[in-house]
Amino acid sequence: MRVRLWGTRGSLPTPGPETARYGGNTVAVEVRSDDNRVIVLDAGTGIRNLGRTLPSTAKRVDVLLSHLHMDHIQGLGFFAPLYVPDMEVHIWGPPSPAESLRSRLGRYMSPPLFPVRLRDLPCRLTVHEVPDGHVHIGPFAFDASLVCHPGPTVGYRITADGRSVTYLPDHEPGLGVRGPLLRDGWTSGCSLADDTDLLIHDGQYTDAQYAERVGWGHSTFDRAVEFANLTRSRKLVLFHHDPDHDDATLERLMRELIDRTRPTMPVSAGYEGEAIAL
Amino acid sequence: MQRELEIVLTRQLASYLATPAFIVDPDGNLLYYNDPAEVLLGHRYDETGEMPAAEWATLFEPTDADGVPLPPDELPLLIALRTRRPAHREFWITGLDGARRHLVVTAMPLVGQAGRFLGALTLFWEGAGP
Repeated sequence: MRVRLWGTRGSLPTPGPETARYGGNTVAVEVRSDDNRVIVLDAGTGIRNLGRTLPSTAKRVDVLLSHLHMDHIQGLGFFAPLYVPDMEVHIWGPPSPAESLRSRLGRYMSPPLFPVRLRDLPCRLTVHEVPDGHVHIGPFAFDASLVCHPGPTVGYRITADGRSVTYLPDHEPGLGVRGPLLRDGWTSGCSLADDTDLLIHDGQYTDAQYAERVGWGHSTFDRAVEFANLTRSRKLVLFHHDPDHDDATLERLMRELIDRTRPTMPVSAGYEGEAIAL
Repeated sequence: MQRELEIVLTRQLASYLATPAFIVDPDGNLLYYNDPAEVLLGHRYDETGEMPAAEWATLFEPTDADGVPLPPDELPLLIALRTRRPAHREFWITGLDGARRHLVVTAMPLVGQAGRFLGALTLFWEGAGP
């Protein structure tokens, strides 16, 4: 299984020379199996470039949305497979008690926000609300679980070829927790990440930023490392970078994080274009 | 295994409340109680952890105003679990310190995303007394 980061930025695209190293596109991740089947995680602006590199033989692609905030769906309308007749596109996302996933997506994929409606797309589109339990797609299996973030939001654990990647791009595991993260199943996301080979986790805030943004659904750098330790994750990639964190700031914050926490697993800040073989 | 997220978040809320709060699963097993509830139970959550329904439900000896024991089925918590509707009533208990206490109790069923029944949250207030 190979993982490639096509967009790593949270909240808002931040293109420019100051973010050239870690990237300015909002979140999109490709997960490719050894036999070249692809799952896409989220549809931020990074999905545009991802869509242009899919295997020409591909007949089906699955897009797993963690939630429907704009930085996770803004690129959807620019995802090339949506415009390929007979391409089978499956979009998965969290259910809501109030409105279907298709209807919620349609709020963005319709005028005046976007000129093309979901129903007018030439591909063969199916929208799924993620169920409890395993879902099998070709060589992949995935589990989805609600995680701590405002509004219906899920994280994913994807397994293929004997490896696992856990994707928690927007996640506040320490909300309301005084002291260390809780054990015995009391921490959001812990089952998804348990013993995972690769944890892609929200690392948006410094402690000082978090103090002013409690409840916004994002993690500090330190909580992300603590969460990785709690779940015995084997590798941690920090993700959903804050728009205010340019390359120089991120590199400084990462150096300080490593010095401060001495993590037991490899920890890095994800960058646009990064490819990770599992 | 991670607990249901709605239960995790309910615990975080309860841990900040000054009102005694108990969280139970659909079978009535006590999953969590906050610091103010420790005074009523006479136990610390950090020491007991979870408690089976049969163990904790009998601790209080609930009675009506005349001292007549109340059957468990008439307690708000079990009503909320059985009917999946909120339940409320006043009754008296004997605390672990031996003191009689007049309580006003509200139990709320917890129904999560996709209609999953997850248990109940019970809040206790001290009543005005006999």
